[in-house]
Amino acid sequence: MKRILKMIATIISLNKDPMPVAREQDVVPFRNRVKEYAVKIKMGLVNQTKLITAASELVRNMLRYGGGGEVLIEVVSRGRDSGIRLTFKDDGPGIPDISLALKDGYSTGKSLGLGLPGTKRLVNEFDIKSEVGKGTKVTIIKWANG
Amino acid sequence: MGVEITKILKKSQAALLERWMKNQLADMGLREDLMSNEDLRAESEELINALVKSLNEKNLSEPGSSDFDHVIEILGGISISRARQGFSPRETGLSIISLKEALIELLQESVTDPKELVDISLKLHRLMDSFVITTFETFIKGREEVILRQTDEISEISTPVIRVWEGILALPIIGTLDSARTQVVMESLLTEIVESGSSVAILDISGVPTVDSLVAQHLLKTVSATRLMGAECIISGIRPEIAQTIVHLGIDLSEIVTKATLASALLYAFKTLRLEVRKPAVKTSF
Repeated sequence: MKRILKMIATIISLNKDPMPVAREQDVVPFRNRVKEYAVKIKMGLVNQTKLITAASELVRNMLRYGGGGEVLIEVVSRGRDSGIRLTFKDDGPGIPDISLALKDGYSTGKSLGLGLPGTKRLVNEFDIKSEVGKGTKVTIIKWANG
Repeated sequence: MGVEITKILKKSQAALLERWMKNQLADMGLREDLMSNEDLRAESEELINALVKSLNEKNLSEPGSSDFDHVIEILGGISISRARQGFSPRETGLSIISLKEALIELLQESVTDPKELVDISLKLHRLMDSFVITTFETFIKGREEVILRQTDEISEISTPVIRVWEGILALPIIGTLDSARTQVVMESLLTEIVESGSSVAILDISGVPTVDSLVAQHLLKTVSATRLMGAECIISGIRPEIAQTIVHLGIDLSEIVTKATLASALLYAFKTLRLEVRKPAVKTSF
């Protein structure tokens, strides 16, 4: 198998699997694919559920506000830990105020406003970069024993 | 103008059919399980008749010509029926490709000049290839119809409302709860509440794999609508991992009665309705 070594804070990516998400119907197959990888690295049931729920939130955000995009599913390792890293990238309108978007209960749509802040609580590492007019990139990592 | 393909074809139409039948049988072996020899022959004969009738010197090099509408119609019929009968795409494609082979073989015997033979078979190839592609397109369409029908069936069976007791309804939700699904669930639940005069409804989410904030929002809406109808709504089937996830997400379900299992939800409903389930007192003597 081709090993791609990418050194970001000694996190090594072992496997890359990009998946385009363009429609509502792609959400369930995407969640199933994330689950497959989580099971493969022996992630516990609770962490699996947290990861899948976080993935579900972000992919819905991407569809709703970013008009779809691509998700990169990676199996990563850091020392003895292994985990899943998901990178959500869209070319949508972007988020003008990220700290406001990360507040509980804030929503420009009619949702509960828990998507971004909730996701942040569900995963181990959370990073969001957004540029107005260009798009948004959200990266999350969930460690198998995190 | 050298060879007249129409004349050759008309003259040896019967031979063409025999040759094609032979080719078809050699290619796929006769799928007696799916189709009888007679049916295959009848189908083949119909197609050859239509082809010979519509083919002339002019439209030989125009596969898109409207002269072939009837042929394409028959081809479509054949491939759709084969898709439904369970033939593989390879078998369906091969059977049309073998007609092309039969035609070329026939020309090989009738046309002696090599240059003319190449010329005419090139045209014939182009025409028949276009027919093969048509066959595939219709084959795929036939399969897609099957898939669409199944999708409809799945969404129909997925939302039953069950009267578990006088005044108690249960609604097991299986699969993902999206906006369209919620609408169906809510509608059937509210109608059933009115019809049965029930005062307690149990929403069981054991079969929902992921509860994210959108699903939670849909659940909250269903519960509020049920309350407006004057019934109490209990959510059951909350698994431990789902409970932890909901807490981390920050979804507030404290306003709603939630239970881990359908059994405990039912017990709660009995209490609300002042009903009691008891073992009959054991009688020592008869």
